[in-house]
Amino acid sequence: MDKVSVNAISVDRLAKRFEDVQAVADASFEVLQGELFGFLGPNGAGKTTTINMLTGLARPDAGTVRISGIDCTQNPKAAQHLTGVVPDESNLYPELTGFDNLCFCAALYGMNKKKRKARARELLETFGLAQAADRKFAGYSKGMKRKLTIAAGIIHDPTILFLDEPTTGIDVASARQIRQLIADLHQAGTTILLTTHYIEEAERLCGRIAFIVQGRIVRIDTVGNLLQPIQERHVMQLAVSNPDFSLHDKLAEAFPNQIFKTLPGGLIRVEAGEPIRVGPLVRLLEEQGAEVNEARRVQPSLEDVFVKITGIEAAAMRKEKEKKGGGGL
Amino acid sequence: MKWWIAFWNILVKDMRSYYLKPPNISWGLIFPLAWTGMFFIKSGSGLEGVLSMLPGVVVVSILFGTTSMLSVTVTFEKKGKSFDRLLLAPISLELLMLAKTSGAILFGAANAFIPIILAAFLTDLSQAVWSAAVPAIFLLAVTSTFLGLFIAVSVSEVFEAQTFSNFFRFPMVFLCGLFFPIERLPVFLRPLSYVLPPTYGADILQGAFGAGNALPMPIDFVLLIVFSTGLFLLSLRNIRRRWII
Repeated sequence: MDKVSVNAISVDRLAKRFEDVQAVADASFEVLQGELFGFLGPNGAGKTTTINMLTGLARPDAGTVRISGIDCTQNPKAAQHLTGVVPDESNLYPELTGFDNLCFCAALYGMNKKKRKARARELLETFGLAQAADRKFAGYSKGMKRKLTIAAGIIHDPTILFLDEPTTGIDVASARQIRQLIADLHQAGTTILLTTHYIEEAERLCGRIAFIVQGRIVRIDTVGNLLQPIQERHVMQLAVSNPDFSLHDKLAEAFPNQIFKTLPGGLIRVEAGEPIRVGPLVRLLEEQGAEVNEARRVQPSLEDVFVKITGIEAAAMRKEKEKKGGGGL
Repeated sequence: MKWWIAFWNILVKDMRSYYLKPPNISWGLIFPLAWTGMFFIKSGSGLEGVLSMLPGVVVVSILFGTTSMLSVTVTFEKKGKSFDRLLLAPISLELLMLAKTSGAILFGAANAFIPIILAAFLTDLSQAVWSAAVPAIFLLAVTSTFLGLFIAVSVSEVFEAQTFSNFFRFPMVFLCGLFFPIERLPVFLRPLSYVLPPTYGADILQGAFGAGNALPMPIDFVLLIVFSTGLFLLSLRNIRRRWII
């Protein structure tokens, strides 16, 4: 079997420009069959544009797209029977019931009446929406709408699923449930390309991750490989009362092998290449009139890797998340 | 892929969701009846005038029945992104748009028969040439629907679709020779009449209902087919250029 047939998705030097904005530039990546691949980046990074080009909703300016070995660059319809798409906005028909929406989506893939009814019932049950099957989609909550939109995306049992920001803007409980459903689909063998701006979500679900910033893929690797260099670092966080503005400089002067960062809420983050000795740190801080309330070791996360590679503060991404109204972990 | 399942379900969904809803019936049916009633009263003729008015009311019913909803619903679905769901389905764009327009074609054609049924109670239709009238009604419905589609894919907002529809519809009603014969129009307006598809449909219907047609019927039919094909292809081109960007 050649390389192309093993890859569920192969993208080579894909590019898209909207007037004076380069939405996607020279993007190349491959997603293996059965893989859960994450596309991580802030809003406007080019995640949705990339998905649109892969699924036929946008025309690439340059580059090639292969889905299951089929060249879809010129004819995006060629592989649409293999793919399912869950867009970033729930786009089902407000005037139809949940059940009718699923049956209609199944019909678009040529499923006969008996099969589509059975599949719709099965998915409504799986997604916990059986009670709301006969209610109009317009009356669903945001979380229910997202779940039904995911159900519509997999109604025809696609081998490749594109999930665009599936947990954005919904409540915590629904977001958790959706993450579990994504994990179950992956377990069942579906290839998934997941875009998200939730770093923790990507870390928890994905095998490999691509960081995308301003239309460019800046790094692709497995979560383990991405975390490895940073896991060799030692990180500690101190909670301090009455911190002085000059504390940071004094700590840096006294402990030159350690990196200090003052965080909001009286927190001081300490990072070093070797184990951090807490005693001398606490003593120095107390000599300076600060009271140390807590000292705890912090496990380095993908967030640290993301910040290091992209230079984008995770706090800024979180603000976007809050603005969109939830979806926390 | 059983494409006919997708085709049939798109058609049925649109019929249920849009065309068989009371607001559409009122706009697509009552408005043309009121419009024609106004001309009927103004003409001062009795029941014998019904037959001469019939082609007009049929054409206006088709025109408003087809374009009133299609241009708005396609724009609405595009705006709400539910149209993307159709574009993601493994069916060709041609088939998809035929499915989306079939509901409007059927509704427009059905609309046309309501004034004909009413007229049958008021006047003698035994002399009508149905072999010309029925295909003309169908072709007029197809052409008007594709005009509605062309409008829908030329705008971005629902209100633009409504405004743009009227920009086409009202001049058509006045210029297609239904209420004012083309030869009585100012000379500079006459060429405009001949680039409007309803002119040819109205001409066939006037011939079919005994008022006499200006052009040979085969030419009218050919021109209606040319207009339908042209508008459909132009709409597909616009969808590919504007919606799959």
